[in-house]
Amino acid sequence: MPHKRTISQLRTALDTGEFSAEELTRHYLDRIASPSNQYNAYITVTADAAIEAARRSDQERAKGPVGSLSGIPIAHKDIFCTEGIKTSAGSLMLDNFIAPYNATVVEKLSDAGAVMLGKTNMDEFAMGSSNENSYYGHVTNPWDTSRVPGGSSGGSATAVAARLCAGATGTDTGGSIRQPAAFCGVTGIKPTYGRISRWGMIAFASSLDQAGPLTQSAEDAALMLEVMAGYDARDSTCIDTKVPDYSHSLGNSIKGLRIGLCREHFEEGMDSATEQTTLDAISEFEKLGAIISDVSLPNSKHAVSAYYVIAPAECSANLSRYDGVRFGYRCDAPANLQDLYKRSRSEALGEEVKHRILVGAFVLSAGYYEAYYRKAQQIRRLIKNDFLEAFKSVDILLGPTTPGPAFKIGEKTDDQISMYLQDIYTIASNLAGLPAMSIPAGMTSGLPTGVQLIGNYLEEARLLNAAHQFQQQTNWHKMSPPEGDI
Amino acid sequence: MVGKIAELAQLQIRESEIDKVIEKMNQVLDLVEEMQAVDTSGIEPMAHPLDATQVLRADEITESNQRAQFQEIAPETQDGLYLVPRVVE
Repeated sequence: MPHKRTISQLRTALDTGEFSAEELTRHYLDRIASPSNQYNAYITVTADAAIEAARRSDQERAKGPVGSLSGIPIAHKDIFCTEGIKTSAGSLMLDNFIAPYNATVVEKLSDAGAVMLGKTNMDEFAMGSSNENSYYGHVTNPWDTSRVPGGSSGGSATAVAARLCAGATGTDTGGSIRQPAAFCGVTGIKPTYGRISRWGMIAFASSLDQAGPLTQSAEDAALMLEVMAGYDARDSTCIDTKVPDYSHSLGNSIKGLRIGLCREHFEEGMDSATEQTTLDAISEFEKLGAIISDVSLPNSKHAVSAYYVIAPAECSANLSRYDGVRFGYRCDAPANLQDLYKRSRSEALGEEVKHRILVGAFVLSAGYYEAYYRKAQQIRRLIKNDFLEAFKSVDILLGPTTPGPAFKIGEKTDDQISMYLQDIYTIASNLAGLPAMSIPAGMTSGLPTGVQLIGNYLEEARLLNAAHQFQQQTNWHKMSPPEGDI
Repeated sequence: MVGKIAELAQLQIRESEIDKVIEKMNQVLDLVEEMQAVDTSGIEPMAHPLDATQVLRADEITESNQRAQFQEIAPETQDGLYLVPRVVE
């Protein structure tokens, strides 16, 4: 069955003519429509446009060389603007929003020939760790439908895990690619801040937001990332350095790779299954010739605090654009301009989003800026300095992605702090702007678990190389949930 | 206090929800309170991970007028203008 295959394998099958891009796309569309595969992973399925793009790919292939992802069916998180197609960010506010242009990421993947199957479900404006904050209803985890897929890129992680697309895009502000990747047993990478253009990616916290791919394997992540990355003058924070050929270095030996373990994570105690997954991964890397040592990241314990100041502050500024005037939701019969602003926003934004806007407005308000936002930005530098110090003695860091496996739907909805602590291991790399990825590394009670690898700035190639070598030796990334009837 | 913040954020909070809103906000403020114990004297706040500075482009017109396209998705427009309730009587 083609859906079992990785992007890398699908490319070969398309090149050798085993099946056409149109046949492949129709197969995925049939799977998405199948009653046995209903996880609410997609908000919008763009079947007609997908078939048209697949036919174009087939025609081009008949003529000569094609783009690196030609005919590969992918899904976009519904946070990336897609011209002429609804882009909701999981919110009633943008339920009627037809984007007038394509995000850079969408454009680049399309130029490489990728076929968009649709737009995936997500926590509203990417705020959440369980996908329960979507206006379109929660996504279920394909490994156990009573559990959450993680968030905020939960629709993308579920779509890849359930083989409802060959790869998907996501965004990660505090763990939103890596945590759902871990919960769903897929590979996800958040590259260095600025590596991928944010143009056309709906903003949550601009100094933290970064796009990345979710895939079955590190090899596939490399294939998608080398297309998605690169300088874009339309995003002023985008880094202007050459994109390496990530695929090229995957096969390198990692003998002698110096892997650091964050001492504090182990000292503070971990969930036993999480610890076991991490220890097992360490021994696999040792077998591959990696050298393991301890490092200290003393300020990482302040990451959650700094994040819950910076992220809400930036969200309150970014989301002030939703005012009911130029696009998006407008309330009925506004009495005056103030009423229009307030009711449009209050009626169309969800509870968690409004809560974060309020927190952000508070920490930025007169008299509080120094104690909160400025303080958090200072701590951010301390966290970055710790990482730079650690990278003097090790090449990459390894640790858990999440505190535990996927939790039950509804289990944490009344306990926001417990929900926020889902990202305890992932947030620090967002604050520092470092590349980080999650790879499947175990199973506990029928649920996948992941480990996280963190690299130095712009060292995505090293992370992908280490992850690929790990995946040559383990089968966790090949495991998939019940795959439905088609 | 929460009324003032809601005003800044242009959000309405229903009377019945005020207590819950305050409680949730306080939980976050309690969570982040531990930051205050960290010694950050002399530490420069970090705005960009790679300390990149704003790039200036040449002062040339690069964008075309796309008003009609952008206004297609607006709630209410007239003669190229966005309509809102009357502001000045």
